[in-house]
Formats: sequence, C-alpha cells, structure tokens
Amino acid sequence: MFYREAGDFKTSYQEDSQTFPIKFDRYGFYVALAVAFLIIPLVINDYLANALLLPFLIYAIAAIGLNILTGYAGQVSLGTGGFMAVGAYAVYKLMTAFPEVSMFVHVLLAGGITAAVGVLFGLPSLRIKGFYLAVATLAAQFFLVWVFNRVPWFYNYSASGQISAPERDVMGIIITGPNAPAWAAYLFCLIFLTACALVARNLTRGSVGRTWMAIRDMDIAAEIIGVDPLKAKLTAFAVSSFFIGISGALFFALYLGAVEVGEAFGIQKSFLVLFMVIIGGLGSIFGSFAGAAFLVLLPVVLKVFGADWLGWPTDIVAHLQLVIVGALITMFLILEPHGLAQLWRVAKEKLRLWPFPY
Amino acid sequence: MPEQLIFSIEVFLNGLMAGVLYSLVALGFVLIYKASGIFNYAQGVMALFAAMTLVGIMDGQVPFSHLINATFGTDVHHFGWQLPALLSILLTAGVMVLLAWAVHHFVMRHLVGQEPIILFMATIGLAYFLEGFADLMWGSEIKTLDVGLPQGLNETIDEVTYNIFGYGFFIDNLDIVATVIAALLVVALVLFSQYTKHGRAMRAVADDHQAALSVGINLDFIWVMVWSVAGFVALVAGIIWGAKSGVQFSLSLIALKALPVLMLGGFTSIPGAIVGGLIIGVGEKLFEFWVGPLVGGATENWFAYVLALIFLVFRPQGLFGEKIIERV
Repeated sequence: MFYREAGDFKTSYQEDSQTFPIKFDRYGFYVALAVAFLIIPLVINDYLANALLLPFLIYAIAAIGLNILTGYAGQVSLGTGGFMAVGAYAVYKLMTAFPEVSMFVHVLLAGGITAAVGVLFGLPSLRIKGFYLAVATLAAQFFLVWVFNRVPWFYNYSASGQISAPERDVMGIIITGPNAPAWAAYLFCLIFLTACALVARNLTRGSVGRTWMAIRDMDIAAEIIGVDPLKAKLTAFAVSSFFIGISGALFFALYLGAVEVGEAFGIQKSFLVLFMVIIGGLGSIFGSFAGAAFLVLLPVVLKVFGADWLGWPTDIVAHLQLVIVGALITMFLILEPHGLAQLWRVAKEKLRLWPFPY
Repeated sequence: MPEQLIFSIEVFLNGLMAGVLYSLVALGFVLIYKASGIFNYAQGVMALFAAMTLVGIMDGQVPFSHLINATFGTDVHHFGWQLPALLSILLTAGVMVLLAWAVHHFVMRHLVGQEPIILFMATIGLAYFLEGFADLMWGSEIKTLDVGLPQGLNETIDEVTYNIFGYGFFIDNLDIVATVIAALLVVALVLFSQYTKHGRAMRAVADDHQAALSVGINLDFIWVMVWSVAGFVALVAGIIWGAKSGVQFSLSLIALKALPVLMLGGFTSIPGAIVGGLIIGVGEKLFEFWVGPLVGGATENWFAYVLALIFLVFRPQGLFGEKIIERV
C-alpha cells in the first residue's frame, strides 16, 4: 500500500528509461536530495560534519567505487587504500601547483589520475582471477603507499613527510583548510556524491554495466557471447578507481586536512571500504550508501554508548568495536549475503503488499 | 673474496631464516585450503591469539580483566601463578582446539557450498573478531614471550665463517631453532597426512567432499581437526615470532606476508609453501640489500607482493599448484 508500482503509467520511452522508473522511488529520491541540499546545510555544525556527515559522504563515494569493481564486475580488490592515496596525493600536487584553478577541476583530475593508475594495476586481472587477484591488488596497496612515503616529490619535500591541504576556495567560499565552514565542505562533498551516484546508477543500468555483470557471473560464458573481457574489466577498474580517487582527494583535502599516508590510507582502509560494500550489499548503489552509513555510525554509537554511558575506557570500546564489526561481517555473510540492500528490498516487498498480504 | 659478496651471502642466509618463518605461517593456510577450500585470512591473527593466550596462561593473567574491572569496578589482574612453559603450551593447544571447534560450529558450517570469495571474506571478518577478542581477553599491550628458546648470536657460525672469510656472520640462534622446528613440523605433518587414519581421511576430504562423505568420513570432525592442526601451526608460528619480536599486533600482519608466499608456491602444495617462503625471504632481503639503498629503503613492505604479482601473470597457479582448469 505504501510502496506501489501499479497505476504508474509511462507514455514515452524517455519516461520508461529514466533513472528511477517507479514514482515512489523517484519522489523518495527528490525528498532525500531536498533534505540533503537544503535542510542539512542549515542545521550543520562542526561536530556533526566531522564525526558523521563528511566521512559518510566520502566513504559512500569510495564504497560506490569499490562496489562497481567488486559487486558489479566481480573483481575483488584490496587496494582501495592505495588508490585513495593516489587521489589524495594527486589533488595535493594539483592544489599546490595550480592554486588559481577551481577545486572542482582538481578533484576531477585527481580522479582521472587515479583511474589511470587503477587501469595499470587492473591489467593483471586479465590473467589472475578470484582471490588470487585480491592478493595481487595488495601489491598496489603496499607499493603505492611506499612510493608516497619514499619519493619526496609527492609531498613537496616537506620535513615531516606529511601533506597538508592549503586553503582553497570555490567561488569565494573557502572549502579546505581549518577555516572552511562546515556547510561549505559538506555541500562540496555532497555535490560529488550525488554526481557519482547518478553516474554509477546509470552506468550499471546500461550496456557497460551489463558487460560487467556478465563478466562477474561467468567470465568464460560472457566471452563466448561476445563480451570483451579486456574492455569490461579495464573499464570497471577505471570507473571504480575514478570514484575511489575522488573520495581519496576529498578525504584528504576536506576531511582530514593533513595526512600521513601509511596511517590514513593503510591496508585497514581497504578492508573498511570492503566491509562497507559487503554489509551494504554487493552490486547495489543503495547498498553502498547503507554500508557507509552503518560503518560510520557504528563507532560513534559505540563510543557514545560504551565510553560515555557505561564509562568504559576507550581502548576497550575500540576492541569491542573490532569484535562487533568482525561478528557482523560473518553474520551478514551467513544470514544475508546480499547485505542491507537486500533487507531494504524485502521491506519494500512487504510494504507493497501490506496490509493485504494475499 | 670481495666484501659485498660476503655480505650478500650473510644476507642470503638471514633471508633463508626469515623465509622459514613465512613458510611456517603459509603452511597453516595450505592445510586449511587443501582440506576445505577455505582461504583462511585469519591464520595470522590465530598466531597472534595463540601467542597472547600462551603469555596470558604462563603469567596467570585473568582473562577479560579489563572488561571485568571496568564493569564491576573491581581490580583483578593476575591469578598470581607462574606456569611452566611446556604446560602452558599444552593448555594453549587446548584453547586452539576449542577455537577450531567454535569457528567450525558457528561460522564455517553455515557457509558450506558458498563461493570461495565469500568464505575468504568471512575469514576476514573472523580475523577482525579474533583480534578484538584477543585484545579484550588479554589486553593489547606489547608482551614479551619467553619459553626458553635460545637467542642471540650463534658463536660457532661466527667463528667458523670468520676463519674462512675473515668476517664473522651474524646468525641468530633463534632463527636456527626456528628452522629446525619448522623442518620437524613439516615432517610431522607429512607423516600425519600420509600414514595415519585421520590424515588419510583429511586428504580424502581434500580431494572430494561428497566422495569422502559417501565412504563414511565424518566431515564435521575432519574440519574441526584441520582447523585445530592449523591452530597448532599458528601456535608454533606465534611462539617463534613472539620470541623474536614480542607479542604485538604486527604479528597478525605476517598473514599478509604469507599471501604472496602462497601465490608463489601454489595454494595446494605443502612443499610449495616452504619453497615460496624461502624465495620470498631471500628475495626481499637481497633486494633490500642491493636495490633498497638506491630507492630509499623499506622495499620489504612491497617486494613480496610485486614479485608474486609479476610471477602470477606468467604462471597463475604458482610454482607447485595444480593446473587451473575452467569449465563452463
């Protein structure tokens, strides 16, 4: 009753092939956009932005990127942290070399550079499959982090080996550096997230996405019916790395501000994003959002609950968090391998029939 | 003999010793992979868990003492005893069997028949769980593990090499002990899998689950057994690594190092794990020695992975792995 597909008639091809063909979904999407763009910037404060909203937006972009590679194209990658580092260092070099160019251009370029690196490391995927590939992507992770640590050109020969974002503005509004207002950074990330999500959604609905899914489901069969595995796998790596690079750039420039590569983009980050994708749901854009929200919220909730209410020391809470995340991952894999997105689908199904289930 | 060459020989020998330790971890992976097709990412964390448990039992730590103290406001830390090393090792082995049972009963049993990649990710979850659990149980501070293994410079080798080359090699006693233990372990495993009833059953399960079931082999038992054996291997690895560099979180990272070892050697081959470990150990030490200074050092972080990556492109099944045949 609340979620209805009936009575929604399409009279043109354009209407039939729009991004959200069902009226309820479409209006839900518009409402979410309106809330995100119009209401949240009014009520946002520094705590809300730094603890919840910015990490959520940025991780959601990364999760969409990894979901394209792992969920849609079936190529498991443990190199997400390394690719995020590429985005971060690319945007840092661009920001410092061309201070007058808009940040939009820089972030997009950083994504493009990451895409190129991603394609390079994606080349072995043509020969290596399954978790052999997962381990091979570890090479990207460790090698890239090492490069950014050891080659001084990347961090502009700074004494500490860290990179820190200089102050940059978009149309006169400062968005990076410590003086940036929370709402500006939030809106900047939100614009990228919205664009990425729309692009990802439409790519995965279209012919490119179908070749990805064909490769995922059975690569040999896909090859026989005429899908070019080279093209499919490399486009997946390119698009995925593009998104991940954008998220890495935003993570550095807008969220952290200063970055030590081994700490911010280590192997833990790769796992974190992979967990978001698994918990959210492999092969679902909505799932990427849900997974990112879940894993950003969980530590905050645990901290509030454990440290502030129960008065436990923070290290115990941190360990408990590991236990809970680990248990959740295995539980999701056992009970609901398709993640939160599947729960949402089931809920929609129930809502559609409610209150007359027969 | 030129000095560089002599140094290289020393580096080579040290690399071999490091390789033995990698092989030891890789061995645990191969065992589980062969018997159940599960790629057990948690093997490294199991080594950490085993080492922490061993230290905890030896020092008589109260498990979960931090949690108990924080919840009930008590102040308990130690039972106040000091157990002998051998007894603690036996008790820890018992804990590892319990762990094996729990892992099988609560996780792996429900995932039978899933895709390998799902199983792999489940073991990543398991690794996280176990890491947090170990920290909760025994506290996360760095501990020293001393079960009485000899340590420090081996003077015989130092003397002999000094007489031959005019330069004494530095080889740690602990590394030699580790090599001997690893060799014994491999022999024991081979004997076990070739000549005992359960070992044969294990190989049968590895070949074909359904055929093994049909001749009356208890799959549940075999899997618990395999996880226990992997737990013992983890315990041995944990003892040696723990004695070498202290019991701390970085211990679990050796699992990541064991992955390229496996890829080089092939996932299904015990000799492959040994040879792969030695190649990686020697390779990364020599590479660091020759090329490291030119590019800024710390190449050990990535050398193994890049080597494995390049190697795999030419031979996807590894050195000793079974040929990968794909059917549609």
